[in-house]
Amino acid sequence: MPVHAMTPDYKGEVLDRLENFHGNQVVYVGWDHHLMFCAAFAYPVPPEMPFTALLNEVMPDAFGMHGEFEKINWEKAEWLLDGQPFIPQLDVSLADQGIAHKSLLRFQTPELTGFKGAGV
Amino acid sequence: MAKKLNIKDKYRLLTRDLDWEYSYEDRKEAFPFEEFEGIKITDWSKWEDPFRLTMDSYWKYQAEKEKKLYAIFDAFSQNNGHLNVSDPRYVNALKLFLTGVSPLEYQAYQGFAHVGRQFGGVGARVACQMQAIDELRHVQTQIHAMSHYNKFFDGFQDYSHMHDRVWYLSVPKSFFNDARAAGPFEFMVAIGFSFEYVLTNLLFVPFMSGAAHNGDMATVTFGFSAQSDEARHMTLGLEVIKFLLEQHEDNVPIVQKWIDKWFWRGSRLLTIVAMMMDYMLPNKVMSWKEAWEVYFEEAGGALFKDLARYGIKMPKYAETIEKEKEHISHQAWWTFYTHGHAAGFHTWIPTDEELDWLSEKYPDTFDKYYRPRWELAKEMEAKGERFYTKALPQLCTTCQIPMLFTEMDDPTLNSFRDTVHNGERYHFCSDGCKDIFEDEPEKYVQSWLPVHQIFQGNCGGPDVENVLSDFYRMNLGEDNMDMKGSPDEKRWKQWKGVA
Repeated sequence: MPVHAMTPDYKGEVLDRLENFHGNQVVYVGWDHHLMFCAAFAYPVPPEMPFTALLNEVMPDAFGMHGEFEKINWEKAEWLLDGQPFIPQLDVSLADQGIAHKSLLRFQTPELTGFKGAGV
Repeated sequence: MAKKLNIKDKYRLLTRDLDWEYSYEDRKEAFPFEEFEGIKITDWSKWEDPFRLTMDSYWKYQAEKEKKLYAIFDAFSQNNGHLNVSDPRYVNALKLFLTGVSPLEYQAYQGFAHVGRQFGGVGARVACQMQAIDELRHVQTQIHAMSHYNKFFDGFQDYSHMHDRVWYLSVPKSFFNDARAAGPFEFMVAIGFSFEYVLTNLLFVPFMSGAAHNGDMATVTFGFSAQSDEARHMTLGLEVIKFLLEQHEDNVPIVQKWIDKWFWRGSRLLTIVAMMMDYMLPNKVMSWKEAWEVYFEEAGGALFKDLARYGIKMPKYAETIEKEKEHISHQAWWTFYTHGHAAGFHTWIPTDEELDWLSEKYPDTFDKYYRPRWELAKEMEAKGERFYTKALPQLCTTCQIPMLFTEMDDPTLNSFRDTVHNGERYHFCSDGCKDIFEDEPEKYVQSWLPVHQIFQGNCGGPDVENVLSDFYRMNLGEDNMDMKGSPDEKRWKQWKGVA
């Protein structure tokens, strides 16, 4: 049952639908096993933004505070898009490679184990 | 002159006798909320009043209590009671209480007033109305108890405005909104039973004994004053559960589902209490883990043994919750520490003694997973780069907490769950929150998630700083940031005459 309501066929207003973000979509990006950042970050970005802009212009500000961020070899980083293995195409837009509104991107850098090797 | 009534007659006349038969109106129309949840009530007269209290004795008794309470508040104020607290860091626990918890008392008042009108049984209506008045008194007395601190410390001034808007306060606010938007029976299982009966000790005892251990006599006195009310609330919560389960066997699976949901939601909400106990109290009472073991595992375990005869099982996620007691306080305080620029209270790195206390209380997890975070924070602070995170976090659609919780079997990996409903993707911190969404997606698609609301331009801006100062009404540089160097700390040192 979609909701236990007094009104038959009750429908809720979807507050986070794409058109409410004024041309942006929300993309979440998390760095696995690096809990200096308590959670994945949420970014409002245009769907037509190429992946390289997300990687080189959007992400470094917050992720760059981690001492290991500069050491990442992006050729070897492993990505998950909404839980599935994913190979980003740098010059293709987010939307055109299936990174949709409220998609979650996670990256893993197995050779970098976090501050003091503790996943921080 | 009329004869004075004996207590039994007076009680009957002032409670059960307030009901009447509906001879020309449809009773169902008078109580329109009673059936849609699927709960079957065959006989309201089987309701046993959880406490025998009439309104006139209620007024008399509460007035006496309140008179004493306010006398103590006055004395506390006249004697500059705030100077006797253990350490100014303690006051930040009160800021969290006033902005996060006291407004819930008001929401509880609204919720109980609503069900106190909507139940078909007069006994239940009267009991809920009494609790509604209790809750209204509690919010008022808490505000008065803490108003003294508002004269001397930052962060108390706009608690009600902040409760409605600030990102982390959407967690307690939406918890109660969820309960109040449900039907009356779910509200009672959510608040009357799960929260008041089973989890309340984990909220109340830590805050009140925390106050006692830290020299805050105003808050301790409030706690004592509220205790007799809380005892009544617990009795009502238990009566509701027994009544629902005894009325009809079809009610059992519905009640079980609500218990599963509200224990999960309650344990998520109590994360702030966990971090308050382990990190915010300069003089510790006990660890969160110990509190959970005493008040939930022992007391709750016995309760669920009692309820087994009705076919009620332990809440669905109890095993996950048991593992979480080792982790959630540390994960939450780290989140607030790293978002200290956006919090309406001060945050800090635990002292070395506190870090050792945490190692001792959490021998299996603290040194391995959490001490390194504080070592990193110390290194950064020593370099003059106190760590404040620079982007906004992903939030859970159901509990609205940043997705800070980890897999319990892999505590260095965040726990991610998601589901797609009508083409939209939704994210959750846990199986519990995901299951709650999937049971009623049309309710939770409406979640007012603060991060998304900021992105949509509904919270002012354009920068986070504008959101904090204009939309949240935080006094930046006073209410927020680290305890070190704060105006609170400077004033305290002046009062105490230390450099």
